[in-house]
Amino acid sequence: MNVAGPSFAETFVGQLVIVTSILMLLLNLVPLLIWLERRLLALWQDRYGPNRVGPFGLLQPIADMIKIFMKEDWIPPFADKVVFVVAPVVVVFTGLMAFAVVPFTPGIVIANLNVGLLFFLAMSSMGVYSVALAGWASNNKYSLLGGLRASAQMLGYEVFMGLSLMGVVMLAGSFNLREIVEAQRGMWFCIPQFPGLIMFLIAGVAETHRVPFDLPEAESELVAGFHAEYSGMKFGMFFLGEYLGITLISAITVTLFFGGWLGPWLPPVVWFALKTGVFVCGFILLRAALPRMRYDQLIGFAWKTMLPLSLLNVLITGAVMLATK
Amino acid sequence: MLSMLRTLWIVFRHAFRRRVTYQYPEQPVPLPPRWRGRIILTRDPDGGERCVACHLCAVACPVDCIALQATEDEHGRRYPEFFRINFSRCIFCGYCEEACPTYAIQLIPDFEMGEYNRQNLVYEKEHLLIDGPGKYAGYNYYRVAGVSIGGKGKGEAENEAPPVDVRSLQL
Amino acid sequence: MATIYVDNKPYVVNEGRNLLQVCLSLGFNLPYFCWHPALGSVGACRQCAVKQFKDEKDKRGKIVMACMTPAAEGVRIAVDDEEARQFRETVIEWLMANHPHDCPVCDEGGECHLQDMTVMTGHNYRKYRFPKRTYQNQYLGPFINHEMNRCIQCYRCVRFYQDYAGGQDLGVFAAHDRVYFGRHKDGVLENEFSGNLVELCPTGVFTDKTLKGHYTRAWDLQTAPSVCVHCGVGCNTTPGERYGLLRRIHNRFNHDVNGYFLCDRGRYGYEFVNGERRVRTPLLKRDGALGPVTRAEALTEIGKVLSGPAVLLGIGSPRASIESNFALRELVGPDRFYDGVSARERQLLSAMLSTLRAPGVHSPSLREVGEADAVFVLGENLAEVAPMIALQVRQAVYRSTVPMGERLGIPAWHDSAIREAIQGRHGPLYLATVTGDKLADVATRSWCAAPDDLARLGFAVAHCIDPTAPSVSDLSEELPGLAKEIAGALRSAQRPLIVSGPSCGSLAVVQAAANVAISLSAAGAQHAALCYDAPECNSFGPALLDGHGLDEALQAAKSGSVYAAIVLENDLYRRADRAAVDAFLEGAEQVVVIDHTVHDTTKRADVVLPAATFAEGDGTLVNNEGRAQRFVQVFKAQGDVQESWRWLGELSRTAPSNGAWQNLDHICTRIAETAPALGEIARVAPAATARFLAQRIPRQAHRYSGRTAIGAHVNVHEPALPEDPDSPMAFSMEGFPSTCSSALTSAYWAPGWNSVQALNKFQAEVGGPLRVGNAGVRLWEVAEGHDHKYFEVIPPAFQSREKEHLAVPLHHIFGSEELSVLSPSVAERAPASYVAVNFRDAEALQITDGENVQLVLDGIPYRLPVRILPDLPSGVVGLPSGLPEMSWVKLPGWGKIVKEVPA
Repeated sequence: MNVAGPSFAETFVGQLVIVTSILMLLLNLVPLLIWLERRLLALWQDRYGPNRVGPFGLLQPIADMIKIFMKEDWIPPFADKVVFVVAPVVVVFTGLMAFAVVPFTPGIVIANLNVGLLFFLAMSSMGVYSVALAGWASNNKYSLLGGLRASAQMLGYEVFMGLSLMGVVMLAGSFNLREIVEAQRGMWFCIPQFPGLIMFLIAGVAETHRVPFDLPEAESELVAGFHAEYSGMKFGMFFLGEYLGITLISAITVTLFFGGWLGPWLPPVVWFALKTGVFVCGFILLRAALPRMRYDQLIGFAWKTMLPLSLLNVLITGAVMLATK
Repeated sequence: MLSMLRTLWIVFRHAFRRRVTYQYPEQPVPLPPRWRGRIILTRDPDGGERCVACHLCAVACPVDCIALQATEDEHGRRYPEFFRINFSRCIFCGYCEEACPTYAIQLIPDFEMGEYNRQNLVYEKEHLLIDGPGKYAGYNYYRVAGVSIGGKGKGEAENEAPPVDVRSLQL
Repeated sequence: MATIYVDNKPYVVNEGRNLLQVCLSLGFNLPYFCWHPALGSVGACRQCAVKQFKDEKDKRGKIVMACMTPAAEGVRIAVDDEEARQFRETVIEWLMANHPHDCPVCDEGGECHLQDMTVMTGHNYRKYRFPKRTYQNQYLGPFINHEMNRCIQCYRCVRFYQDYAGGQDLGVFAAHDRVYFGRHKDGVLENEFSGNLVELCPTGVFTDKTLKGHYTRAWDLQTAPSVCVHCGVGCNTTPGERYGLLRRIHNRFNHDVNGYFLCDRGRYGYEFVNGERRVRTPLLKRDGALGPVTRAEALTEIGKVLSGPAVLLGIGSPRASIESNFALRELVGPDRFYDGVSARERQLLSAMLSTLRAPGVHSPSLREVGEADAVFVLGENLAEVAPMIALQVRQAVYRSTVPMGERLGIPAWHDSAIREAIQGRHGPLYLATVTGDKLADVATRSWCAAPDDLARLGFAVAHCIDPTAPSVSDLSEELPGLAKEIAGALRSAQRPLIVSGPSCGSLAVVQAAANVAISLSAAGAQHAALCYDAPECNSFGPALLDGHGLDEALQAAKSGSVYAAIVLENDLYRRADRAAVDAFLEGAEQVVVIDHTVHDTTKRADVVLPAATFAEGDGTLVNNEGRAQRFVQVFKAQGDVQESWRWLGELSRTAPSNGAWQNLDHICTRIAETAPALGEIARVAPAATARFLAQRIPRQAHRYSGRTAIGAHVNVHEPALPEDPDSPMAFSMEGFPSTCSSALTSAYWAPGWNSVQALNKFQAEVGGPLRVGNAGVRLWEVAEGHDHKYFEVIPPAFQSREKEHLAVPLHHIFGSEELSVLSPSVAERAPASYVAVNFRDAEALQITDGENVQLVLDGIPYRLPVRILPDLPSGVVGLPSGLPEMSWVKLPGWGKIVKEVPA
């Protein structure tokens, strides 16, 4: 874009600063999100939530973090030790990697890939390895069931998640996320691609194993499922991964359907953060309001309803594009 | 699908409702009179210990946190030599109160018993015994029972006939 | 066998039983009070109502009492009938109309048959508004507490006390709704079985007074199967512990031994376990005084001598377990193991043992004693030395009259009718004792004489039965007739029984009894039995280990050799002459005493190791019948108290020896290898590794309370459960409450049956043996054949001397036994020391009852008050044996009575 020479953002040092600050931002965002979730859940349940540690209980996540770091790092003697340790790392790793392609502003993006969207899809589906491996390595029947459910769920929802985004790609004519945002200057894609948006959101919730699609951990039936055997910071990593996932899905939703950083008056980064925040709150509202789905309903819903619908969406989008060209 | 959206809306509206949490300890907690809190031992209206050391509370206790030993005074009145409740085990289920045939053991609306040292949660009789009758103010077990104690001989309890004279010729 | 129909279902049952027994055996929950398997039916309480139908078509039926109706072929009854059920509920309601509101303060609560039956019938609300009847209580002595208000007039107490146990001083007074069960006035219940009223009374009228002193509910007691240690009969007991104190002894049913009952010595002698005279830590003599030391110090001190040049002498004990005696024998070697009884007792024991183990002589179990139909008691005051044998003899003479009633068409279980029919008659029982016996009221003939004369009677009886037996010359005038009568009764009996023993200290008596048994066997009696009572709980145990005599050990002091002594659970001053024991203990380089109680010998010891009592350790005892029985540890004693065999095992490890055992099973295996006579010992109870459904057997009831509060005042963090390496039982309420092995079952419980009557549910037939068999293993059975020789030495007739009297030991149920007398309640019943004199002798000596005299025995004067005993033969005086204040005297022995001249 800038033909005069590389901007600061494009220099090596600039890249390093961006990478580091995004990493720091994301990692620090998670405790904040935990606090936010607890406060919001409390708000919607007519309670206060954590309000004793620091102002408005803001230091509660710090206290929790200290606690979780101090806990005994326990590996069950019957577990597959290597895989057991690797599994939580995978979820954090893939979650963070996916953020590399998210354009926070026109200037702030770590890797402006041409196939950014595909990269995101690839990374988010890699996340299921973590869950499946954790469930298997725990050598516990509930964990294994959790892992199995996660795999089956991922298969179903990954398919139509990709398909639901094809409409956006067709409208923007690019897999590059920055270009997709730029393509929304006239109209956010949430309007022409409303069915795609809904489908993506549903898939996104499933992707992050959040209520009402949290079947892999399902406390009431699987006693925490795949992470039943985890404690301490390894359990913390799963937590980290979950909240990174929420943020990621929210950020991608904003990027793909709500014009990313676009918006009047305020600086682009603020617009991006605001829009993302709204979706994060939406995730929490889902948890506050909805009960967990039944497993067969969940899988049937993916394959029998969402998959045909997303194909139909691609078809109609294509047809309309052909017709208007 | 619509019902889900409606649910979301209803839950969202709760953001503007008043909160029901009591801000304990700044705000006192209103406790109902039948609240099952700290356990006490009461006295009968005459001021005697109500507990007759029958061991029923101990056997009813699902966590086995009550231990006692029975003893008797010189007139045959039975009372606990020691009475110990390990509150670090107590689950405040109230079975002891239900089992008590003399209304001696009672659970009261007080739960502020936290301790930094677990050992301090072991209560002995001197910690448990109060000076009043608590609930059921008029009840006095030994006035109903058939055993004789100091100040109450055979046949002097409520609704009792005088002792049979085995040697009388009355047929 | 007969087929009866209960609720329209056919059942095949034993004919000749009553319907109640049959229904209970079939598992029906039919309430009852007055009936008891050992007492039979009387039909007093009207509780066991069922409806009986004439035939299949009969729909109305009539209500009958199950306990009074025979289970004949084709009887049709309904237990689950609305009218019968209501009848039973109403009966309970009547009983409860006057029952006081006492359960919380009643000692029976939680194991109360009345509670169980009330719940079973469904009565739960007292409708009767009028005043309750009350009674005054009586003082009944140190054993029994009386609370008459609670009585439901079932008559079990007097039926047991008078009819079963032969007591005279408990009766029924007044009439209709004012019936009173008690004594004619306050006073001690004299019968030696009064303690059984505690278990027999279906409610809390008679309760255990010693338990009341440290009351604990039945469900809070930690129990284990145990064996009574207070005489040689070996009754099975269930001791209960709470907070580290032994709280009570209950009967443990063993069909072959004690059945449902215990004597008062066995029931109340337990308090020595809690006594202040217990040794709780190792003691070491420093500067002439014993003081507590750590176990390491004590063991080091002993180890010094063990590795030194001194010859180690081990003195065993008849009141220590076989395992402990054996461990001692292993430590010191068989050549230097002494069995720890006086020379005379050793002689008697070995004579008894060799007779019992000879072919043709059957040593009966206690149950078989009760089944005899002619009994000859020679020399033993059974009620004082072995009360449970006396109780069974009493049953034997009653039961042998039952056929009389049966000839009149009265079934055997119909107790009241049988007793009415026989009008106080009883079977043949001949008592030949030194002094009058409590069995005299049911004896056909009883005869008191000096021990030698008793023996002569025995020899004469044997000669009458079998002319090849040695004959007795110049019998005094009355004897030939008596001997002929006894011989006739024994010969004509199906199951004749001779009871004798060592208590009058005469070898001739023991041999004479043996001759009678041999002669019966020679004359072809199939089921003749010879029952010797043994003086102590394990008298036969050390004898089977072939120890040497104590006197040989005492000789060591005179031989001048260097020796050290280990004394195992034995007070030598009760076994031998004071001077000899003093010399022996002083001459030893070191005296180690392993015992649980302080006595004169421990006071002279250099090191005392604290031994476990029967309640705190495991071991095996051999009773008078030759039955080896295991007692299992009831609770872990605090401190260093442990079984003697464990101490000896530790000592073996400090010295170069082969005692490598760690637990009871190891040592039992070793005993079986080394001592062939005790080869069966490992079979006595399941090994410690045995599991039932992969679990241990809990010692605590499933309702055991206070687990998390018992020790909380010391430390709120609960300690780990103690391990038990010696038995498959756990010190816990968790596990499989097994009734798989009667040797490991101490408590019986079934849903709805919390009282001792829960036992019904575990017997093949109510009143019969346990389904899993009876505990204990007989070490020998009677061998076929008859090659036993008669004893030929017949003592001359007793000649009274001019200036001297023959002093014989007189035993007392309360007082003569070393351990039980340490219990305060038993001590209260123990007599003060005295010298018993026949009134003719008293006249000749011009002494009166209660007067103090001097009795000079072996040159030692004893100052004692006189007690006139009319039954005592002339020329014989009696001295109470084993009383704490009396020192050891060689009895029988000639002594001189000197009248005290007032100063």
